[in-house]
Amino acid sequence: MTKTAAFFSAAALLLSACGGNGGDTGNGNNGNDGEAAQSDIKVGMAYDVGGRGDQSFNDAAAKGMDQAVEEFGMESQESEAADGEPESAREERLRTFADAGYNPIIAVGFAYSGAVAKVAPDYPDVHFAIIDDEGAQGDNIANLVFAEEQGSFLVGAAAALESKNGHVGFIGGVEVPLIQKFEAGFVAGAEEVNPDIKIEKTYLTQAPDFSGFNDPAKGKTAAQGMFDAGADVVYHAAGGSGGGLFEAAAESGNWAIGVDSDQYELADESVRDSILTSMLKNVDVAVYEFLAEVEGGTFPSGSVRYDLEADGVGYSTSGDFLSQETIDKMEEYKEQIISGDITVSAEP
Amino acid sequence: MTPRMTRVLLSVAAPVLALVAAFAITSAVLLVAGDPAGEVWATILSWPEPRNLVNIVNSATVLYLSGLAVAVGFRMNLFNIGVDGQYRIAAFVAAVVAGEAWLPGPLNAVLAILAAILVGAAWAGIAGLLRATRGVSEVISTIMLNFISTSIVAYSLRQVAVREEGSNIIGTKPIPESSRIPGFSISSEVSTDVYGFLLIAVLAGVGYWVALNRTRFGFDLRATGQSQTAAVASGVNVKKMTVTAMLVSGGLAGLVGLPILFGNAYSYGSTFQSGLGFAGIAIALLGRNHPIGIALGALLFAFLDEQSNPLQILVDVSPDIVKITQGIIVLTVVISYEVVRRYGQRLEQRQVAQALESSDNTKAEVRA
Repeated sequence: MTKTAAFFSAAALLLSACGGNGGDTGNGNNGNDGEAAQSDIKVGMAYDVGGRGDQSFNDAAAKGMDQAVEEFGMESQESEAADGEPESAREERLRTFADAGYNPIIAVGFAYSGAVAKVAPDYPDVHFAIIDDEGAQGDNIANLVFAEEQGSFLVGAAAALESKNGHVGFIGGVEVPLIQKFEAGFVAGAEEVNPDIKIEKTYLTQAPDFSGFNDPAKGKTAAQGMFDAGADVVYHAAGGSGGGLFEAAAESGNWAIGVDSDQYELADESVRDSILTSMLKNVDVAVYEFLAEVEGGTFPSGSVRYDLEADGVGYSTSGDFLSQETIDKMEEYKEQIISGDITVSAEP
Repeated sequence: MTPRMTRVLLSVAAPVLALVAAFAITSAVLLVAGDPAGEVWATILSWPEPRNLVNIVNSATVLYLSGLAVAVGFRMNLFNIGVDGQYRIAAFVAAVVAGEAWLPGPLNAVLAILAAILVGAAWAGIAGLLRATRGVSEVISTIMLNFISTSIVAYSLRQVAVREEGSNIIGTKPIPESSRIPGFSISSEVSTDVYGFLLIAVLAGVGYWVALNRTRFGFDLRATGQSQTAAVASGVNVKKMTVTAMLVSGGLAGLVGLPILFGNAYSYGSTFQSGLGFAGIAIALLGRNHPIGIALGALLFAFLDEQSNPLQILVDVSPDIVKITQGIIVLTVVISYEVVRRYGQRLEQRQVAQALESSDNTKAEVRA
């Protein structure tokens, strides 16, 4: 009995260790070799579960930071959250950055809301930015938020336009209000094009289990189910689990739609030809702009909203899989959303 | 050397051996990966700052309760994998009860704690009943109940959730201030308090020891765990014991999430800590199901978790290395206990043989 138990728990612990993110701890961007400007700003970046290398949300933040680091010669350091860590671990991560002299500190993801709200007042001279959250407010906190529903509306329309069966699907990583924004936009966009369209919807895990953002096997199973049921275009908002969707799409010859970053560029070569388009959530733009302002000597605080108009969300055309008619139609919707003729609800 | 001293030495040798082995293997992994093993250990083994000490004690409190819950089952050869589901559904119910505040002040907290114990016990009781009446392996049923519990909690959370303006986190109504369990501060510089629930965890540990070692129930439980047939022969109703043990295990599991709920989070939301039940299995093993051993195991795991947090920032090594260390510790502990047990056995046999030999010699001399 004890031995079975030992085996199980050891296996569980080891698996969770592997599941995290094996090697990508370093960032190789400590400082610059001198040709560009040298800034004395040290950026601390606290990632959500998945970290750099998730080919999605965290990677987008990393890209923005890398760009700023290269351009301004900033110094940077990063750290990522572990699945199932206590609240105190998130607080501790921010405090370690602050104590080690990092300023500004960027918290990637709404899970840091409570931690930022608690730690920021203790370090009034350190500037914090949090992505996807407006709950933590303060004089030294910038809230970078996005209109995910608007971008999702456009790829929802694209899915409906490109679907041959009139049947599409949505895979959410974890059922939280943030991911429901993606669902709401996608459904609204697809139904705008085709009111009779059939839409499969599923979430991989339920909060507080956040493994749905980092579990490609679950993503693949869910996607296979949808393709088997007759869907031929499936959109995911599931972070690292999206890799499973791409595999399933490539194996069954259907379309997948990526999220957050241009996943055609990031995904493995064997699956990229199944990625119709990606809903771009330009976290990199937000992070870069924030850092550019910091470099310029101003520390933004309060909410900054990145929507279609501000180029905070959008879609990608890499791979040239979208037909010209589809793109024209999407551009039309984009204009209508920006002008206010179409309002996209953020709730399903 | 007296036999008593030998026994004490042997029981200390096992965990020390395990830790040294785990230390060596982790260092080897670090070296193979080309990471600075020295710096990693210097960071992990440095003396924690006061606020880190508080975090360690707090995490250990939670892990301790989880370890106790698992240990109750272990003592009866029941493998309650379901502590994870039990604590989450119990913490959720407690959060709802406390948030609604039907009773004033501390009474409200008491009601919520009782509700958590009942819900945890009932949830584990299902697995106990299935085992007793239908022979369903509790490993299978509890792990399935974990999934059901996760879904029920997620579903119910959406029914009762309140959402803070602008935040993406949903949660139950916050517990009114008067019903929170106050912590104690160890220093004025530290903004985090030690969970007041620590005292309840200590009481639970004492209760566990007394119930197991000083009551008829505990005797029956241990007897059933060691030999079911012998227990039946001595008049133990094994089915009843199975259900009772699962109820007790689940009741303890119900307490696991409460220190966090009453001492830090004040509501059950989408960022409530998960996975505590599985950590409890490792800790119960590490602590050999002994209340003090479990406490040491919980402190060790909490220490490693807390100290690994800054690794990535300060030495550029992923804190996941500590998960590897923890996994190895669990394995080495089991192996080293077995090694030490066999060594002890051989030692005893040799002593007995010597004793027999010398008495044979005396007899022979007498005869001559």
